[in-house]
Amino acid sequence: MSVELDVFVGNTTIMDKEVYQLWLNGYTVNDAVKVRIEGGVMEECEASAEVLLSDTMDQYRTFQMCERLLHHPAKLANQLLFQIPPDRQAMLIERYYAFDDSFVREVLGKKLSKGTKKDLDDVSTKTGITLKSCRRQFDNFKRVFKVVEELKGPLVENIRQHFLLPDQLARDYAAIVFFANNRFETGKKKLHYLTFQDFAFCAGQLINNWTLGAVDNIMEDMDVDLDKEFLQELKDLKILITDKDLLDQHKSLVCTALRGKTNVFNEMEANFKNLSRGLVNIAAKLINAKDVRDFFIDLVEKFIEPFSLCLLYMGVIKSCILRMYHD
Amino acid sequence: MPGKLKAKIVAGRHLPVMDRASDLTDAFVEVKFGNTTFKTDVYPKSLNPQWNSEWFKFEVDDEDLQDEPLQITVLDHDTYSANDAIGKVYIDIDPLLCSEAATVISGWLPIYDTIHGIRGEINVLVKVDLFNDLNRFRQSSCGVKFFCTTSIPRCYRAIMVHGFVEELVVNEDPEYQWIDRIRTPRASNEARQRLIFLMSGELQRKIGLKVLEMGGNAVVGYLQCFDLEGESGLVVRAIGTACTLEKISSTLPATATHPSNSSPSKDMKEPGFGEEAPGVPLSSGPPTPLRAQTFSSFSPSKSYSRQSSSSDTELSLTPKTVGIFLFPSTPALESESSPLPSAHLPHHLWPGMASRSTTPPPLRLSQSDTAILRKSVSFSEELLLAASGMGSGGSAGKEGGPLKALLRQQTQSALEQRGVSSSSEAFVRTGEYPFFTLAAFPPGFLLHVGGVVSARSVKLLDRIHNPALGNTRSYKLLDWNSFTADEPETRDAWWEEIRQEIKSHAKALGCHAVVGYSESTSICEEVCILSASGTAAILSSRFMQDGPLDTEHRLSRQPLCVFSTGSERVEGDMGSSASLGFEEVVSPGCGFCHIPYDELNIPFPAQLTYCYCCRRYKVPDVLFTTIDLPTEANVTGKGCLIQARLCRTKKKAQGEGNATVISNLLPFLEYELHTQLMNKLKLRGMNALFGLRIQISVGETMLLGLASATGVYLTALPSPGGIQIAGKTPSDITYEQHISNMQKKINDTIAKNKELYEINPPEVVEEIIGSPIPEPRQRSRLFRSQSESSDEVSELDLSHGKKDAFVLEIDDTDAVEDIHALLTDSPTPAGFYSCNTEIMPGIQNWTSAIQMFTSVRVFRLNANLTNQGLNKIFSDLCENLLKSLYFKLRSMVPCCLCHLNFTVAIPEDELIQVAVTAVAMSFDKEQLLENGKQSGEKTLIKAITENDEQLQFNLELNAETSAPNPLSSPKGLSEVGSHPSARASSMEKASPLPEGRSRSLRSNRSYSGSSVAVVKMTPLSFIPGAKIIKYLGIINMFFIRETTSLREEGGVSGFLHTFIAEVFAMVRAHVAALGGNAVVSYSMKECVFMENPNKNQAQCLINVSGDAVMFVRESELESTSVQTQSATTHTSNGAEGT
Repeated sequence: MSVELDVFVGNTTIMDKEVYQLWLNGYTVNDAVKVRIEGGVMEECEASAEVLLSDTMDQYRTFQMCERLLHHPAKLANQLLFQIPPDRQAMLIERYYAFDDSFVREVLGKKLSKGTKKDLDDVSTKTGITLKSCRRQFDNFKRVFKVVEELKGPLVENIRQHFLLPDQLARDYAAIVFFANNRFETGKKKLHYLTFQDFAFCAGQLINNWTLGAVDNIMEDMDVDLDKEFLQELKDLKILITDKDLLDQHKSLVCTALRGKTNVFNEMEANFKNLSRGLVNIAAKLINAKDVRDFFIDLVEKFIEPFSLCLLYMGVIKSCILRMYHD
Repeated sequence: MPGKLKAKIVAGRHLPVMDRASDLTDAFVEVKFGNTTFKTDVYPKSLNPQWNSEWFKFEVDDEDLQDEPLQITVLDHDTYSANDAIGKVYIDIDPLLCSEAATVISGWLPIYDTIHGIRGEINVLVKVDLFNDLNRFRQSSCGVKFFCTTSIPRCYRAIMVHGFVEELVVNEDPEYQWIDRIRTPRASNEARQRLIFLMSGELQRKIGLKVLEMGGNAVVGYLQCFDLEGESGLVVRAIGTACTLEKISSTLPATATHPSNSSPSKDMKEPGFGEEAPGVPLSSGPPTPLRAQTFSSFSPSKSYSRQSSSSDTELSLTPKTVGIFLFPSTPALESESSPLPSAHLPHHLWPGMASRSTTPPPLRLSQSDTAILRKSVSFSEELLLAASGMGSGGSAGKEGGPLKALLRQQTQSALEQRGVSSSSEAFVRTGEYPFFTLAAFPPGFLLHVGGVVSARSVKLLDRIHNPALGNTRSYKLLDWNSFTADEPETRDAWWEEIRQEIKSHAKALGCHAVVGYSESTSICEEVCILSASGTAAILSSRFMQDGPLDTEHRLSRQPLCVFSTGSERVEGDMGSSASLGFEEVVSPGCGFCHIPYDELNIPFPAQLTYCYCCRRYKVPDVLFTTIDLPTEANVTGKGCLIQARLCRTKKKAQGEGNATVISNLLPFLEYELHTQLMNKLKLRGMNALFGLRIQISVGETMLLGLASATGVYLTALPSPGGIQIAGKTPSDITYEQHISNMQKKINDTIAKNKELYEINPPEVVEEIIGSPIPEPRQRSRLFRSQSESSDEVSELDLSHGKKDAFVLEIDDTDAVEDIHALLTDSPTPAGFYSCNTEIMPGIQNWTSAIQMFTSVRVFRLNANLTNQGLNKIFSDLCENLLKSLYFKLRSMVPCCLCHLNFTVAIPEDELIQVAVTAVAMSFDKEQLLENGKQSGEKTLIKAITENDEQLQFNLELNAETSAPNPLSSPKGLSEVGSHPSARASSMEKASPLPEGRSRSLRSNRSYSGSSVAVVKMTPLSFIPGAKIIKYLGIINMFFIRETTSLREEGGVSGFLHTFIAEVFAMVRAHVAALGGNAVVSYSMKECVFMENPNKNQAQCLINVSGDAVMFVRESELESTSVQTQSATTHTSNGAEGT
């Protein structure tokens, strides 16, 4: 004795946000039912586990049917199969394209290829995010990447339009696409302390200032790729460390600009030459794709670490000296 | 050559990829009507083709226009092999044939394939130019309006209700033809879909002809059903109520302060109506200019000319004397056709059938065998009437007789007045059955209700032999009138039998009419159960003289106009003004409860008391009906859904034996269902059932019975007694204890229910002095050996005369089961109400939030279950389904599930299928107790701005307007079809605009230009908080879906889920294309699901129907107020959307 078939179809498609989230998180129907039972929905609505199971299966089915539409969010708005109010549509899309920071940190800058996808089970074990959810997120990245890769125009705007995402989410995707396209290395141990939002911020800066789109707004606006010419020109910065005059001039300008604005000003001033050399060396190498990939690691190794090492050193010395100094 | 059909194929979108190599499609379209086919050019390499074709013109007979659908096939062009079909769209052009319905079909329609489901959409434009047909012998009936709604449609008034119309057509089922063995499933499904389209069209045309013959112009309560008889063929049959309707001018007065739909009519139309009422055909007088431009069928002289020889001039005159409502033929006829046996209708009474079927039945059964078998199930009269649920004995003989006499007199005179008018002949033909498929009536129309009458008969099917159809090359139906097809008459005769039986039952109840009438079948293999049921009633014939009454109406400023449809909302005492019933002033709130039959001659044991409202007339103690609760009825508290569920095993048998077994089981099934209903009713402290629908389904090894109704407490009827149980062996203490426990439980439940449904009638203090009725005891007993309705001590002697007869044997498993069934019905969760009628008594302030849904469950049984086990499973199945619905819809609380329509089926030996379609409607709790209309309106208005009204509407507009523009069209295309690569490439290639510009264009589009018009669906005849301003035509669609990859499509649930969603989508799209924004009176009449999991296959057939309408929000009426009837779809949609 069993229920062989059980469906519910509303003229307006009924979707429960909570169940949707469980589905997105990759829970199986049974797990989802457990979570819901723990959530206390049963007592609220005088329902039985049976009812809950039926409802959850039904919702899962609906979501599965919607999924192919969600792959092309613009379709969701003008498809006829499901009658979904616009605010619901927006919710569906936004949540579908939402991702876990811990997951994205694992794949950020990696090639969005089949090989990476194969490794997702490791990512899943590592992050505790279900494999299903990992796959969805990965596929989302890949889909967005594929669509905007060849598109002209501002990257964020393209993503927003094609995937009908809210602004912040579109920016995040822009960062992901940008990182994937330029294959920035983010997985090194030294970079582990950085969050996705840190990288996203950097990506935003790079997109806005270093890409083709940033340079030429009208014709060849491609936001995904760094502006090669610009990178080429960066080579010329070497003069800032080779030419003594320029170095001094540079130093004085920077110091003037930063004086009073940072509490590590003194340390910065003291080590300016080293720091500047680090930065300029990174910049000068960016014309090589390999070095672009190592951009962040280089920043950390060549600039932040020495500097913080210096800060650390200075800090200890300072405290020691203060201690040792008896009036 | 009376009609020109024009079609234009504009564009397609979201097409499937047909060429794997390029991931694109080279699509073109074939447009076919009748035998003419046109083709568009191939639009190469696109999933969003822009054909923008010329107008394809078909010059056809209007008869064909009615019968045939326009068939649009989308194909993928293939240079080297055969073109692949992508899918089809069938367009029913009937709505375009009536001037008052839609004028154009325009919009995106889903392209449907029976194997793959919806595969993209196509944008089409369809128009019809119709020329007047002056031929009096024509076979078409263009212009007759059809409504599924079982009341007078809002925005119309009934000038005359002519009565019952029925028709059926038969054909071979393509699925069972020899050719089916060699053709693909797709071809077979498409043949079937097309055939059913054709048959429905033909059926509608024929019914239309009958309506025209009767002098009507519309069919209300149109109910069309399919009988898939398998080997023996396919029957499409329909019943309806012929009416003459007149559109209430809906030029909305600028100061429409009252949102009720009749307000405009009050201001605009009624004065004219009062004056012109006497001349009924002239009532097509005021709007003559309008009529003139329509079809000949409307202009009185022409249309009636078909009726018969000498009619023309007379007819145009006759109805003048008759007045508005006419129901002349029935009583007279009854006396004519009286020598009909009441309950037993052996087959040989209808010699026509046996003798006429000259061709020997191709099945093994010999002629005589079938003849014997085709006897009706014989219920004893008592049993049947008991099942019709009437109360118990009483007096008041004075009024019953005179009343009937009066009626007869009136109708007689009506007939006399009509003189020899040929229309009386029409009535002889069609008015034979005084049946009305309507379930709701204008106030004052329904005088008395007798009770439910029903009849069933078991038939053996054999092949519908039809030599003319041996040639099936095109499925073009032959004109049935051109040859004598005797076999449809077999089916006709079967129904005839049943109808006669119903009629005689009604007569036994002292009633001249049957309202809320419906017919249904259940087929299993070669056995078919035909069922019909309705409510015996007496209808008012006084309306003929009420010209002045109408004026009175107007003066009293009641929002109800007698012949308009009445209130949009339920207003408890609204009908009080409509107290124009009989010569005695009968209170409208209770009048219909007064017994119509002669109390000295009650056909069944019943307990009568004086009406608790007016104290003047007799009422039964319980009233069962199949109609909706009259709006004017006095009701205490709220109502609720009451279901009786029963499952009985049956021996497997073949043919004749099977039919006999079923016939023998049926009466018991009905009786038990009735007992259950009665007990459940009492358990809820209620005394009347409305909307009663009993469905009996046959399977190989079992019979299912499901009775659904809405229980209410009618103030006019006496308070129901409680339920008392007793043990057989009173000496035994444990029994005593057990019994008293149960008794306590029952009493508690009753008390709880009374509280829940707010049933607190004024205490009945005294019986009227001198009442011949013994004081009813406050509790009745549950007992099994006797008709439930006679619950009184005084009735004791009617049964066995022994006290034991009342005793419920606790160790009787059946009894335990009964009690168990009683108590296991779980109460609805807080905030929910449910009913299966149009309206819920006690709830008035609906918000605009409605959610129509369909839910289907199939349950697999284990073998070897006892009756008891089966019952429990079946009952649980229904209960759990309800519980799931409550849970699903919890966000709408407080809300009421209205029009809960359950259908059960036994698709296979061990499967039970239950399908429910209903609408959940939210209401405002705070306002619950307030009766003031003002507040109610406000909440409605407030609610309108809420949730589900916010979809945008401008998609169609954008797409259309941009299409002809050569510059923007490729861009618009690429926008609509959001395929990224297509879009990108088209941008690159085709955009002549500077990039910056194009970007801004794009950004605008992708947001605003892409939403789909919202189409509401509801099984009710109205939409809360809105006014229906136009009926656009009937929606009657039939789809087949089949899969050979069941697992891949998500199993049976996934398959059916998708299919139902697709059906909804197609209904919505067709309604939107007609210019509508809602479907009312929607119903899913057929959902036949078959699976073969081993072969990974499944097939499903769905038939849905409803009325496409255009509505406007009442709030908009008030705020904008200048919206006129000429408002086009787009403007009204636009207004709606923002």
